[in-house]
Amino acid sequence: MTSFVKPKIRRLNEPKNELGKTRADYDGAMSTLCAGCGHDSVTAALARAFFELSKEPKDVVKVSGIGCSSKTTTYFLKDAHGANTVHGRMPSFATGAAAVNKNLTYVGVSGDGDSLSIGLGQMAHAIRRNVDMIYMLENNGVYGLTKGQFSASSDIGSTAKKGATNTLPPIDPAIMALSIGATFVARSFSGDKAQLVSLIKAGIAHRGFALIDVISPCVSFNDHKGSTKSYAHTYQYYHKAVHADYVPPSEEITAAYAEGEAMPVELHDGGSILLRKLDADYDPTDRAGAMSKLLQSQQTQEILTGLLYIDESRPAMAEHKKLPETPLHSLPYSKLNPGADVLRKIQDEFR
Amino acid sequence: MKATDTSNPDYFHKVVDCQWACPAHTPVPAYIRLIAQGRYSDAYLLNRDSNVFPGILGRVCDRPCEPACRRTRVDEEPVAICRLKRVAADHRDDISDRLPKKPEHSNGKRIALIGAGPASFTVANDLAPLGYECTIFEKLSEPGGLMRANIPAFRLPEKVLNEELQYILDMGVDLKLGTPVSSMKAMLDDGWDAVFVGTGAPKGKDLYLPGREEGAANIHIGIDWLESVAFDHIEAIGKKVLIIGVGNTAMDCCRTSLRLGADSVKVMARKPRNFFKASEWELEDAEEENVEIVVNHSPKAFVTENGKLVGMTFELFEYDIDDKGEITGQRVIGEETIPCDDVILAIGQENAFPWIEQDAGIEFGKWDIPVVDEETFESSRKGVFFGGDAAFGPKNIIWAVEHGHQAAISIHRHCQGLDLHDRAPREVELQSAKMGMFEWRYSNSFDASERREMEHVELVDRFKRLNIEVELGFSAEQIAVEVQRCLNCDIQTVFEAPLCEECDACIDVCPVECLSITPGADSEADLRQALSQPEAPEGQSLYVSAPLPLTGRVMIKDENVCLHCGLCAERCPTAAWDMKEGVIRIPHADDQMETVA
Ligand SMILES: Cc1cc2nc3c(=O)[nH]c(=O)nc-3n(C[C@H](O)[C@H](O)[C@H](O)COP(=O)(O)OP(=O)(O)OC[C@H]3O[C@@H](n4cnc5c(N)ncnc54)[C@H](O)[C@@H]3O)c2cc1C
Ligand SMILES: Cc1ncc(C[n+]2csc(CCOP(=O)(O)OP(=O)(O)O)c2C)c(N)n1
Ligand code: SF4
Ligand code: SF4
Ligand code: SF4
Ligand SMILES: [Mg+2]
Repeated sequence: MTSFVKPKIRRLNEPKNELGKTRADYDGAMSTLCAGCGHDSVTAALARAFFELSKEPKDVVKVSGIGCSSKTTTYFLKDAHGANTVHGRMPSFATGAAAVNKNLTYVGVSGDGDSLSIGLGQMAHAIRRNVDMIYMLENNGVYGLTKGQFSASSDIGSTAKKGATNTLPPIDPAIMALSIGATFVARSFSGDKAQLVSLIKAGIAHRGFALIDVISPCVSFNDHKGSTKSYAHTYQYYHKAVHADYVPPSEEITAAYAEGEAMPVELHDGGSILLRKLDADYDPTDRAGAMSKLLQSQQTQEILTGLLYIDESRPAMAEHKKLPETPLHSLPYSKLNPGADVLRKIQDEFR
Repeated sequence: MKATDTSNPDYFHKVVDCQWACPAHTPVPAYIRLIAQGRYSDAYLLNRDSNVFPGILGRVCDRPCEPACRRTRVDEEPVAICRLKRVAADHRDDISDRLPKKPEHSNGKRIALIGAGPASFTVANDLAPLGYECTIFEKLSEPGGLMRANIPAFRLPEKVLNEELQYILDMGVDLKLGTPVSSMKAMLDDGWDAVFVGTGAPKGKDLYLPGREEGAANIHIGIDWLESVAFDHIEAIGKKVLIIGVGNTAMDCCRTSLRLGADSVKVMARKPRNFFKASEWELEDAEEENVEIVVNHSPKAFVTENGKLVGMTFELFEYDIDDKGEITGQRVIGEETIPCDDVILAIGQENAFPWIEQDAGIEFGKWDIPVVDEETFESSRKGVFFGGDAAFGPKNIIWAVEHGHQAAISIHRHCQGLDLHDRAPREVELQSAKMGMFEWRYSNSFDASERREMEHVELVDRFKRLNIEVELGFSAEQIAVEVQRCLNCDIQTVFEAPLCEECDACIDVCPVECLSITPGADSEADLRQALSQPEAPEGQSLYVSAPLPLTGRVMIKDENVCLHCGLCAERCPTAAWDMKEGVIRIPHADDQMETVA
């Protein structure tokens, strides 16, 4: 064998979702990433979240840029739509797609290189526009695909595999996103599947842009002693600040979440997110407070995780720009192209 | 909960469901791999080490391994383990020069084996090569026990039986045919170093109902009747035959009747189908031959006219059956008389030892079954051992073989004056199966093929003679597919907690989602909540690792559904999971430490 396939196996009494699909129905092709790569775990979390939400794969669009992380769209939801775009250009592609058809679920997958270097401007404007999508930033502190150069998320003092030390300050995507009006900012770790799955579900339900910055170790180039993005380092400094549970519209909020203990945030789809603060003095609806906590945590090396900030009040791009409910492909040609006379009338208004 | 102790040899053994279920612990997956490589002789010999009669058992074994087979957890039907055993036997070369030879010197110890069935033959097989002088006493004119006298030749050809018995006789075993032992005391007086009783359960049960005496000429006891057929004393039967009972003996009686001239054969069962004793495959084979199986009929009387049997009367029963399938109530709802020419009684066998005197020093318990130690097979009299159907009542060939192995160990130890209970322990040897990237020493990819169906001789042809073997054996194409259905359960998943860095790769790749990393808990039930399918199927217990270095959590694995596909080991960056071939060493007489002359 030169590679292997994951066989599809029907177990007895296998769990099924509302569509009658099994978890394995949400898999994609077998990953060709290095064995042990954190990105594969993020892929598994995405597949599980879509399975648990009973989403129809063909109603999902997967988009990505370039990098090991960006390759992973192939490894889940094989029946979904998708495109690998140009390095750093996924946000524009997703913005365009969301503009012409707002009825699909958009999943962007990117890396710290793809998003924070070549694609930084692209990502920033998708955040500002509040494009209705979930944006997975699989953050390993290096350019994995090109063999381990420091990326813009590398911490000062973190060392490369061959020993070189990073001396440039890191871009924290969460702080940056908060500073430009992001409405859903979360951080997680590929090793905490339970948290990751619930954040993904919450992010999909959120109206607008949902950024999930996932620490996702690169086993081949950034998992050594001295790296601040290794499994060992992340497990050591990992700190859960806020827990978020997505409650679908069909389910009632149960008594288990007594008042004071949990804070429900009503979502646009009729469901809600139940926030449980694990740090008493952390408030995930206070933008400035969240930014200052994150800045402080940079000093202590602590990795604050969970749903760090949420604002459900701002409209997503489609509402804001009054884009049509009907996807462009279903609009009659006469509406898409009303003809030369209408064009002339519009032009006349500007004369 | 404590970490699983994998150093207990039974831990990895139990994972190999088929081998664990086989009374003689035949290493099934290992021999299937040899067949896959075309190494039929090697597969045959590996089988022979544990079950002694691969050709015979490859046809007629009760196959407890198959219902146990792991494959049934992800597929409709188990691997055709038994049929593959026959493949090894059918395609082997002449292996006689690879078998133990008659030793040049005797060790001076004389062993008497009473009855020439599979139990005695196994004892001889294990002891003769060690220098013991083994003598088998058999009352019939041919060796083999019920394998010859009762199992019909259309299921077990004489040639197959003869060959495998001859291998053992060639080791220098003395066989005395037509020599019934009529006195145990006389036997004991002859100064044997040990005596083994392998005389089976020779008495067929009778049915004393009105008309039994008048109809006697046409009422037969199943096992006696089959024996008479086997030795050509009976060559015909009436046109209409009723078989009473629905166990495996009944199946052989009905199919034999068809071959002796009957054209309407009914098997009469007292209860509904779910309560039949016969194996499903034997029922299918009988029904394929148009035997009618009549349920809910309980025998009431034999009907005779002018001193001749003409039919039988039955009470018709109705049963109440609960959700669990158990009978909770029953009533008679009528009566029916069915005409017939002959009745064959197949309602069970019993032990009988008329030749063992009450004062021979051998204690008997309930139902005239001797008191026998379940580990050593020694009776209450030192140096006298029992095995096979004679020990604990009727079982089957593979149990007789296992009893024989154990009795041989005991006899060997007894003759050296060693403690019978202090036997060599089982052991497991583990060897990594990794060859390289994506390469393992076994075919680890899952093959979804369904079980291959055995071809049978056409109905019109198979009744021409009594000894036409019905099953044709697997074709080359069938072999090639069936071997790939085995999941290689003996290629064990072995975990080393100190190596794990909790990347989740193994958990994510596992096609049956049977792994998880979770905080420790007090009970298995609590730990199972972390699995994708927490409800526990029956069978294997949960594997629980030692605490993991980074977080102190534990790795758990539901062995019930693991397919041994090796993907966890393939994806593990640190080789914390490895696939290792586990060879389970089941000691036999020649593995006991002490040397022999
Ligand atoms: C009809 C029928 C079909 C069966 N089919 C199967 C099957 O398909 N698969 C399976 O696994 N099992 C089958 N069995 C059961 C199986 O045959 C027995 O469990 C097995 O043969 C027991 O072996 P044994 O060595 O204990 O004794 P036996 O095979 O019963 O051999 C005992 C021998 O001792 C001899 N003997 C008895 N008393 C004396 C004496 N005093 N002196 C000298 N010799 C004596 C007998 O003549 C006989 O040859 C079947 C049984 C029957 C009745
Ligand atoms: C325009 C362009 N510039 C540079 C590259 C080379 N390149 C490929 S992947 C990559 C960085 C990927 O890093 P990241 O997004 O962090 O992904 P990872 O592999 O670490 O998951 C670079 C610079 C490219 N493919 N295209
Ligand atoms: S799959 Fe193979 S090894 Fe596993 S129980 Fe079945 S026959 Fe035995
Ligand atoms: S061998 Fe590993 S990957 Fe395969 S089924 Fe078993 S635990 Fe899962
Ligand atoms: S793949 Fe290996 S290192 Fe990763 S969690 Fe599994 S056993 Fe541990
Ligand atoms: Mg990267």
